[in-house]
Amino acid sequence: MFTDERQVLVVFPHPDDEAFSCAGVIRQMTKRNIPVTYACLTLGEMGRNLGNPPFATRESLPEIRRKELQQAAEAMGIQDLRMMGLRDKTIEFEDDEKMVKLVADLIDELNPSLMITFLPGFSVHPDHEATARAVVEAVRRMPEETRPTILAVGFANDTVEKMGNPEVVVDISDVKMDKLAALQAHASQTAWMIAESEKREESADELSNNWLTSEAFYVIKH
Amino acid sequence: MEVVNKEHLQQLIDRFANKDVFIHLETTNGAYAAHFNEAVFNAGAFIRNVKLRYELGKVVSDKPHRVGLKLEHGWVYAQGITHYEVDELGRLLMAGLDYEGKLAVALQISEQPFAY
Ligand SMILES: [Zn+2]
Repeated sequence: MFTDERQVLVVFPHPDDEAFSCAGVIRQMTKRNIPVTYACLTLGEMGRNLGNPPFATRESLPEIRRKELQQAAEAMGIQDLRMMGLRDKTIEFEDDEKMVKLVADLIDELNPSLMITFLPGFSVHPDHEATARAVVEAVRRMPEETRPTILAVGFANDTVEKMGNPEVVVDISDVKMDKLAALQAHASQTAWMIAESEKREESADELSNNWLTSEAFYVIKH
Repeated sequence: MEVVNKEHLQQLIDRFANKDVFIHLETTNGAYAAHFNEAVFNAGAFIRNVKLRYELGKVVSDKPHRVGLKLEHGWVYAQGITHYEVDELGRLLMAGLDYEGKLAVALQISEQPFAY
């Protein structure tokens, strides 16, 4: 799938959003030498998991997550990682036009044929929603024939009930280990979760079923 | 960060009294609280880099601790403080970490503004 993309632009607010939602698809594309740019709007400065005993403070967490993000990008084969310098949990309070312009400027520069972001209305975290709104609006303002396709990730509890099943489901079992490496790179966020899932996996195989075998997307229509 | 030593923390709080300081105060139960459990009423508050001056700061011995700052015209307080440190920039970082190691509250005091 997506064998002939010219350029892919991934826009998410938090380091690790990409790992959970689309690391497999990204890796499949980078393996085919499709250029992928990941614009990550914040460094997840407000992440809650500091450990007990703590491994980080509120002030040291951003640097830890910056390095994790760089390592995850490497695992996914992303060569163009942009850290956009906004603050976690504040995106929805930024000027809406500034956010649209941030995305529009990236589109102008990169001319992507495909974008990946969250699904407005079904992405749970206020930063996810604000990011998705900015992407959809920036693309909506483009002449129809130049608009990139938008693949959107929805995971609110009522997503399938209200939106039906995702239109695009990609088998990522061929890059399963790369996706696992990307998830593991975000250790400050995922270490405890992966440990939990590995315990469960003996019986339920939950981690591999949920994250490591397929990725699902809605296609945004304007 | 270390588990609060009340006497030591009190000394550190005293050190910032009657000076202009920048405050970071945060309470949170996480943006996903209502996603994982729809019965949760999700609330929190966040201020960062508000400049103020307190005349009296006090940490109370109950664990987790409460820390209150008395200002000329008002108050700042945080409850649930479990851990603290003075970081390499001389800032007093206090946090309340829940049983899973997740931050539930933070109160930080610095003579210089915190980063963005
Ligand atoms: Zn996120």
